[in-house]
Amino acid sequence: MTKPVLEIQNLVTEFPTRNGIFRAVDDVSLTVEAGRTLCVVGESGSGKSVTARSVLQIVDNPGRIAQGKILLHRHHTARRQGNEDDIVDLAALPPRGPEIRAIRGRDVAMIFQEPMSALSPVHTIGNQIVEAIRLHETISKKDAMDRAVELLRQVEIPTPEKAVKRYTFEYSGGMRQRAMIAMAIACNPSVLIADEPTTALDVTIQAEIIDLLRRLQQETGMAMMFITHDMGVVAEIADEVAVMYRGKVVERGAPLPIFETPKEAYTQRLLGAVKQLDEPSPRRLAMRAASPPGATALKVEGLAKHFYLSAGALGLRKETFVAVDSASLELREGENLGIVGESGSGKTTLGRCIQGVHETTRGAIRFTGRNGQTTDLAKLKEHELRAAWREIRMVFQDPFSSLNPRMTVGQIIGEPLLLLRTHSKQGLRKRVNELLDVVGLPQSAYDRYPHAFSGGQRQRIGIARAIAPEPRVIIADEATSALDVSLRIQILDLLLDLQERMGLSFLFISHDIAVIRYFCDRIAVMHRGKIVETGDTEAVCSNPAHPYTRSLLSAVPVPDPRQRGKQVRIRYRADTESAA
Amino acid sequence: MTAPDTNSSLPEATGHIPEVEQSSQWKLMWWAFRRHRVAVLGGVIVLTLYFVAAFAEFLAPFAPQSTSSQNVYHPPQMPRLFYDTAEDGSGFGLHVRAFTRERDPFTLQTTYVPNPDRVIFISFFAKGTPYRLWGLIPMERRLFTATNPEDRFYLFGADRLGRDMYSRVIFGTRVSMTIGLVGVALSLILGVTLGGISGYLGGVTDAVIQRFVELVLALPTIPIWLGLSAALPQDWSPLTRYFAITAILSLVGWTELARVVRGRFLALRSEDFVIAARLDGATRRRVILRHMAPSMASHIIASVTLAIPLMIIAETSLSFLGLGLQPPMVSWGVLLREAQNVQSISQAPWLFIPGAAVVVAVLALNFLGDGIRDAADPYSEVQTS
Repeated sequence: MTKPVLEIQNLVTEFPTRNGIFRAVDDVSLTVEAGRTLCVVGESGSGKSVTARSVLQIVDNPGRIAQGKILLHRHHTARRQGNEDDIVDLAALPPRGPEIRAIRGRDVAMIFQEPMSALSPVHTIGNQIVEAIRLHETISKKDAMDRAVELLRQVEIPTPEKAVKRYTFEYSGGMRQRAMIAMAIACNPSVLIADEPTTALDVTIQAEIIDLLRRLQQETGMAMMFITHDMGVVAEIADEVAVMYRGKVVERGAPLPIFETPKEAYTQRLLGAVKQLDEPSPRRLAMRAASPPGATALKVEGLAKHFYLSAGALGLRKETFVAVDSASLELREGENLGIVGESGSGKTTLGRCIQGVHETTRGAIRFTGRNGQTTDLAKLKEHELRAAWREIRMVFQDPFSSLNPRMTVGQIIGEPLLLLRTHSKQGLRKRVNELLDVVGLPQSAYDRYPHAFSGGQRQRIGIARAIAPEPRVIIADEATSALDVSLRIQILDLLLDLQERMGLSFLFISHDIAVIRYFCDRIAVMHRGKIVETGDTEAVCSNPAHPYTRSLLSAVPVPDPRQRGKQVRIRYRADTESAA
Repeated sequence: MTAPDTNSSLPEATGHIPEVEQSSQWKLMWWAFRRHRVAVLGGVIVLTLYFVAAFAEFLAPFAPQSTSSQNVYHPPQMPRLFYDTAEDGSGFGLHVRAFTRERDPFTLQTTYVPNPDRVIFISFFAKGTPYRLWGLIPMERRLFTATNPEDRFYLFGADRLGRDMYSRVIFGTRVSMTIGLVGVALSLILGVTLGGISGYLGGVTDAVIQRFVELVLALPTIPIWLGLSAALPQDWSPLTRYFAITAILSLVGWTELARVVRGRFLALRSEDFVIAARLDGATRRRVILRHMAPSMASHIIASVTLAIPLMIIAETSLSFLGLGLQPPMVSWGVLLREAQNVQSISQAPWLFIPGAAVVVAVLALNFLGDGIRDAADPYSEVQTS
């Protein structure tokens, strides 16, 4: 018994560019049924978001729907509004006309990835929900406000009577997404389109939002189109899966067959990468068996970092923000240490303090250099740190902002060598070409600018720059977070490769447990500026000791539909996140 | 960003590399700028104006100061090609119709009526009154002038002393357009230095400089200009006065630039690639000059282009009020002073032509500046396309 609410038939959405027309969505057909969830999954640029935006005709300029139909069957919704033949082709409606506007928000609602930019900063949450209701229904402001309070209660926002009067900035990330959802369901839509609603959130909050969406769907019977790149999330909520690649749907079906017997080569590749990431890298285990980690290379003792927020008048009153509150670590030679934590846990600040980008407030960073001497980096001035910076290098998270767009790749990679003055002009070029080889880029990259490269290739350039002066320790801050799953594995394998060749040690900072599990020998879990647990990765992952680690691990979605509902979620609330 | 990360998508080392991948920021900026049609048009007009300013002596048919009591408030004449007259016969050649001056016997008002019998021929590269190009090279030929050195013609009409407005507007271009350039150059030096120090050192220095900038911005500009210009000694030579006026104008103009520079500096300082450069072992000097300056240059150029028209308008206003440049120096503002009374509006509306020149120049510079500003960060688009 199928009841399609939203039917996308042979949709083509095009973007005219300078080099001809680019088909972002190419002949896509999808069906969303009442009370069921369709997951559209794909990597960046696969056209999944454009498909979703086409439904509501809110594709960014100059994109336009070129072909196809988007049929909305009103009578198939749970509330059975409309007649048997009340079928609207959304693609045929003018994008700025009143018809499509009446459908947006009432029949088809959408929630976005970044709730901060989707909510107005100058209106209270309550007023925004009232506005959404009164656009489609003629009811008094007071009744609408009562409904808003009820909606906030429905999305589990504590003390909704007070919360309606608050502004967006007073809400945390997870709360904002809840408010967004409340607004989206305000008019009981038949279809809810969720475009990566949990990507910007921490895993523990992601798990809560997914629970919430699932509960709302059960209560209202709305159809849901859920767009994501995370196979774990797909396994968690999908009733049907559509895999997109380069604008086309390559495979469609129920989650079990797709996860267990994928037919298309692309789906196999994608799931292969996901499954690989769920286990420790066999390569790493083999390397450790051959040569176990050596002596201590870096030892951090009681490191603390306070930021001064405001100096007050005349600098008398000082407000401080404690980003890192006493962290101790030990990194051995040839070892990978992972630092895992959610946003705001202080892991990035810790990395930057160890590197010496930020001055530390307290504590010691004992680094044993190649010459066997141990120095405390925390006490050095910037010009004294330069020697250490040759041996401790950094790989950045964002492959776009970390490469100077105005320098060629050769200049970027050669910069540390040029400053060391160890190579002649020809020697430098030769060495940079060697480095390009090592990271798997062609030598023709030398004279090109970073804008010629994709995200993964740029990250390789960043790695080449990091290893150029033959360092001993590399601090990789979310080095793979900006990349798609299949690229993550490639980059992590490249790093392991370099480790074997050059005897590097890695301090790997990430929020992604799967990546840490694949790459790191030991793990340090950070929460609110403190390291709550340290240990061997496998030991911590299979038997976490600290309650926070337990809650973190239980929130990570498992990319296996058979595990759905079996995992017991543990909530860890140490005075946190409670009232807005 | 949409490109898949397979190494095969990169051409082989020997293969052809698309030009865009090896293009520096200036090339990308040029491409982005070229797509901005109005800005390109503005750029062409601005270049033309500066060309006119550079070769004013050659381009003007007559000397700007040469008076003619016979031709007071002579109306503009249209250049024509075919003629058929009693005195000069008929034929083909560039000329203007001659006018005869008549005086109304009752009101004694002077009027000019076209004289059907006579034409004034114009020839290109003909010898006119001798002059020195840039005050140095003695020359006689002009781009075009009256074939008969005794004749005069007035494309834009004549003023109350019978001086050719067309030649005067051309000479005015030189002063008005360069006063913008020189003034902005002064502001640029002040703005970049103070803004750079402010953004680089931060802390107390930053606070002091920023408060000073705010103080300068809070001063009402017109009274300050008026006061300072009125304080200039009357016996200064026109050239000294010219530089004094530019200095006065840039005293206010630098603040905006200082803020732009400081803002860019602060924004760039926390960029990942700047931190990366620090970690590469670059000294502070190198970080600023090699890594940060190129990203700021394009934005500074855009702000400078948008600052020039403000200078031009300021100079015009001051001179119009009689407090800027003084005759015999010729600028658009000085010329507009002639159009201050009712008589000129009724009798000689062509005296407003220098105003049109100001409008054209300011609009062209604004379009150009807008185009440069939009093209100044070519990477924001490269990333998303």
